[in-house]
Amino acid sequence: MIIKLPLKGQFYYRYIHTFVRYEKEVETKKVKKGRKMNQQDQNDKKNEQTPDAAVFVRGLEKSFCGKAVLKGVNFTVLKGTVFALLGSNGAGKTTTVRILTTQMQADSGIVEIEGYDVQKNPHKVHETMSVTGQFSAVDHLLTGTENLVIMGRLHHLLEPKKKAMELLAYFELSEAADRAVSTYSGGMKRKLDLAMSLVGNPRVLFLDEPTTGLDPQSRRSMWQMIRELNENGMTIVLTTQYLEEAEQLADLVAILDKGTIIAQGTPENLKAYLPQGVVQFSFPDGNCFALAKSLLKDYRVSEEAETYKLSVFTDGRADTLAEIFARLYQNKVRITDFSKHTPDLEDAFLAMIEEREEMTDASCN
Amino acid sequence: MQAAINRWKEIAVMAKRCMLLSKRNPDTLLTSIMLPALMMVLFVSLFGRLIEIDGTSYANYIVPGVVLQCIGQCACVTAVMVNNDLSSGIVSRFCTLPMKRSSILNGHVAEAFIRSLVTTAVVLFAALLLGVRPYTDAACLGMFFLLLCGSIAAFSYAAVVIGIAANSAEGASALSALVVILPYISSGFVPVDTLPPVMRVFARYQPMTPIVDAIRSAFFEKTLELDVCGGALAWCAGLSVLFFGVSAVMFRKKVS
Repeated sequence: MIIKLPLKGQFYYRYIHTFVRYEKEVETKKVKKGRKMNQQDQNDKKNEQTPDAAVFVRGLEKSFCGKAVLKGVNFTVLKGTVFALLGSNGAGKTTTVRILTTQMQADSGIVEIEGYDVQKNPHKVHETMSVTGQFSAVDHLLTGTENLVIMGRLHHLLEPKKKAMELLAYFELSEAADRAVSTYSGGMKRKLDLAMSLVGNPRVLFLDEPTTGLDPQSRRSMWQMIRELNENGMTIVLTTQYLEEAEQLADLVAILDKGTIIAQGTPENLKAYLPQGVVQFSFPDGNCFALAKSLLKDYRVSEEAETYKLSVFTDGRADTLAEIFARLYQNKVRITDFSKHTPDLEDAFLAMIEEREEMTDASCN
Repeated sequence: MQAAINRWKEIAVMAKRCMLLSKRNPDTLLTSIMLPALMMVLFVSLFGRLIEIDGTSYANYIVPGVVLQCIGQCACVTAVMVNNDLSSGIVSRFCTLPMKRSSILNGHVAEAFIRSLVTTAVVLFAALLLGVRPYTDAACLGMFFLLLCGSIAAFSYAAVVIGIAANSAEGASALSALVVILPYISSGFVPVDTLPPVMRVFARYQPMTPIVDAIRSAFFEKTLELDVCGGALAWCAGLSVLFFGVSAVMFRKKVS
């Protein structure tokens, strides 16, 4: 269940405003790019791009059948870091990954992988990076070894068999090496999929929802592997719907919503934008619920009317809490239960999306 | 130079992969080995005694038709495989490898080539057992082989086009079944003149008839009818080039 957080906090507005300004900056830069590139612009670009950028994305746009899916996505991933692109279904995560990995062409924008432009120099990009898609891209009728050996041959490795054995051992698949992939469990398939992406020793690895559909244990072991790969110097760009995943793995998180990046920062940064405390009250009946709602209307609240539950956002201070209780007590509102929790990244995520929706609605009207 | 070598290596790897896949798929084995032999035996034993055409036995008469029919069946398998590859996402993976994208399709065609040649060998072996005795003149055999390669190329690239165009494996299979019907409405199984009027017109002008006639002439006539063979080869070459081009364009559109 998604708890709606109608946040109207000051710092949210401030935050969004900073963000809008940022977008405008990019807008002007993009117009510059659109013009014929003269020396000045090229210098600009060089200055703009740091030499340690593994992935450089500016003004990425893509629409399908007139519907804009990406509306100017910008981000930079530094070499050797883990970058998480966080967003709900349909936010444009997979489209972004597909464009970044040359599987799709952008309508406009610049994408460079380790300095190579994906449009002008796809072959170099292919030698540099590798991708594991959302759905396992392996031949199910072939064995694990066969799959890996084919990959090795296509990468023109000298000893594809040796490489295959190494990877199978690393991913603890040696025992299943000579079994058809169709007999593998979901977690094993995902591991093999990841192994397939590592055959060519990529410097940049793209993972599109690497743990979607995995059980908690497989998810943890996948996280561990991603961490290990990163420790060995690989740059990793992953997309995910799970905040926990972004929090666990990423050095930098960007929240993608409806084709734009609405927030970017370290997981700690993003959490800092949150209200400090949330208190959830349960009421015995509709009357109490309605009364409580009207009493607490100067707080930001989110409600679950069917179960008579009300979440109140506070500044986290005990005094505030005492005041709320006093107000309810004085008006004889009965409370069956209450709980207090500290917000996590998920709340930040939902809040930011919510806030943006309201802003768009307002500007439409 | 190295690039050209790599290109061929890629095609070989892709073809090998397809061969492994079709080896694991019982369906493919059935359509490639069992069906052709069965077709030959069935047609000859069902109609062999009833029909005699131009003084040759019916077994002799239908060999070219059955060969084409079986190449068509092999192409069906390719269409389904291409479609599966596209829908399973493995093509997306191949497209992010440092290799030419065209090698993916060419690998499929190369595999179809080998599989079709095996199938043809099975048909010819069955035919030999049934008493068919072709002329084993070097020129005739050479021409037969050329015609065979030409028609395999045309059928295979057509199958690739179908595989890319179809929305599902079932669709690919159904669409390519239409192609398999073509040899029936030609001079492959009965003379064109005995067909009903509408079919007769169709049969006379569709590519299968000249190809069947050319194979027949290469096989059973003492002197090669060069104009028939030339026409058939032109058809094969034209269709191969056409479908090759169309498949390349469609593939590029599909994967980008």
